[in-house]
Amino acid sequence: MEILSLLGQGFATSLLPLNIGIVIVGVTLGLFIGAMPGLGSVNGVAIVLPLTFIVPPASAIIFLAALYYGAMYGGAISSILLGIPGSSTAVATTFDGRPLAQQGKAGLALIAAAGASFVGGTVSVILFTLFAVPLADFALKFGPAENFALVLLAFTTFVGLGGDDALKTILMICLGLVLSTVGLDLITGQPRLVFFDMPGFYAGISFLVLAIGVYGIGEVLWTLEKSRTAPTVTPARVTYAELRAAFVTLARTWKTMVSGSVMGFFVGMLPAAGATPASLMAYGIAKSTSKQPETFGKGNVEGVVAPETANNAASTGSLLPMLSLGIPGSPTTALLLGGMVMWGLMPGPMLFAEQADFVWGLISSLYTANLAAVLINLALIPLFVWALKMPFSVLCTIVLVLCIVGGYAPGQRMHDVWLILGFGVAGYLLRKADYPMAPLVLALVLGPVMEQSFRQALIAAQGDVTTFVTRPLSGTFIALAAVFFLLPLASKLRKRRVSRPV
Amino acid sequence: MLKSLLKPESLIAAALMGLAAYLMWHATVLPIGWDGARGPGGGAFPFWLSAIMFVAAAGIFLRSVLAGVRPEDLKPFFEPGMLGPVLAVTLALGLTILLMPIVGAYIAIPLFMLWYLRFFGRNGWLVTLSLTLTTPVALFFFFEVALLILLPKGFTEPLFFPLYAMFF
Repeated sequence: MEILSLLGQGFATSLLPLNIGIVIVGVTLGLFIGAMPGLGSVNGVAIVLPLTFIVPPASAIIFLAALYYGAMYGGAISSILLGIPGSSTAVATTFDGRPLAQQGKAGLALIAAAGASFVGGTVSVILFTLFAVPLADFALKFGPAENFALVLLAFTTFVGLGGDDALKTILMICLGLVLSTVGLDLITGQPRLVFFDMPGFYAGISFLVLAIGVYGIGEVLWTLEKSRTAPTVTPARVTYAELRAAFVTLARTWKTMVSGSVMGFFVGMLPAAGATPASLMAYGIAKSTSKQPETFGKGNVEGVVAPETANNAASTGSLLPMLSLGIPGSPTTALLLGGMVMWGLMPGPMLFAEQADFVWGLISSLYTANLAAVLINLALIPLFVWALKMPFSVLCTIVLVLCIVGGYAPGQRMHDVWLILGFGVAGYLLRKADYPMAPLVLALVLGPVMEQSFRQALIAAQGDVTTFVTRPLSGTFIALAAVFFLLPLASKLRKRRVSRPV
Repeated sequence: MLKSLLKPESLIAAALMGLAAYLMWHATVLPIGWDGARGPGGGAFPFWLSAIMFVAAAGIFLRSVLAGVRPEDLKPFFEPGMLGPVLAVTLALGLTILLMPIVGAYIAIPLFMLWYLRFFGRNGWLVTLSLTLTTPVALFFFFEVALLILLPKGFTEPLFFPLYAMFF
């Protein structure tokens, strides 16, 4: 019951007129960003983060979380109306959403997606509320050795579960970690990796510079290359009668919604997994447990409901380790974490004790953001149809200008703007060669924590490396990390054994 | 052999090997070894991580070269005909950033938008001019007036003095 009173106090913060307004603006902007093909929550948060300096830090985080939520809802819109996923998290929504739209049932698909997102969001926010405090309490026992082991574990999940090439993933993690060491040594304060003696590197490389480069400029270049012709927008109109009929259909899929929500939440907590695999898995489960699996892919509402509940639940799930452990569960939450550190709100168990008002304000704002998102989503459908017809060059221009100005604003250095362009082009080329970007961004954000906790743990243990394995919690994390690290090797061996004729 | 060396996959891996080696060399400025009871020195973390990066890049390089040229490697790295637009936008961005400290953000950014919207994106003049003219005003009020972040102005700085007097 203590949680309820804390949550009640949180609502006292999140229901302030400023914060309600912020949630509404954030969700609406997120819906539009999510609906734009190519742009997802991570691009939205990266590009918009410098603009949030205009409100106090706590409101800025609430705004970005609302934008994250809105973008998760919005992804379904272009999946259904264009047949192009609004972001990778909405890929599975195209499987049945597009056929439904082609059958003239775009309205039904959009309502089902919004309704399912709302259920996924709500179930997962309730789970979040229940798990946040116990997890933070557990993490209070962590010392530097445990923190190091946990970050290591987060990285190895990318190698074991990320699905990308293991060598390329390892390379990107190391590159991100090395880039995070640019500037001044955390312990001795000596300058290091100051390339070409440029003064700009003394301040280090901000996560924001990398994120705006990779997810802003890199994304525009990527989309520019891939989009030769403009896709056609399926018209959609939603009437009150349709809305009622759609909710009746939706209510019949409650089993799919519940399983998608719970699974999405837990998959979302893993740094390497997140919303994209969660939605694909939910789609697969819904199809295999369905009585008519053959109707999937041909316009089955359940095929829209399953991924949409899962991706919204996963986005909430990825907030849980970010807030209570300080380990982000997705690239978007890595950016939120970077933003919080920048504003002096260090995520982790101490945040729950020291900034309880902020924590519960944020958690309760997830409830209001979820409600706002479903209402705005349904109300603005005609506007999304109009926005999707906007010329692509208009969107690109706005994004690129925001990248330049937003990259300049935080540090007010042209140096950063040049770095953004460099990271944008390099990120675009590496992405074309199948190098994963999420581990790079996560590593840059977590690098300082990892190095500091590693060196602090060693100083505390008088240079004894075995401290990482002899401490029970830290040892468990390291053992788990070893398992994840060896997973790709094991599966390769198994494949070889299967393919060899006996 | 030469053909598999020149595959994009091999070339990118080779470039990353070079980058990793450069980072390793840079990290040796600070001690990279073990400093008795205090643990690793300031250069150790970047040095050894760059070393792992080098090994990973070398692994990708060798794997790519030894695999030879497979049918999927013959696909062009860039979508045919799309390298031009990507290069054009990159160059335009570079030029804009170069111009910002000289002519100021309020000339460089509208110029970029004018080029992108009218000449690259082939939009009508109405769309082009309405966006090109309103963006600087919006940027000024958002960043300079509300956030007190001054964007670079170059030689156009004196033109802003009356505006500063009005808003600050």
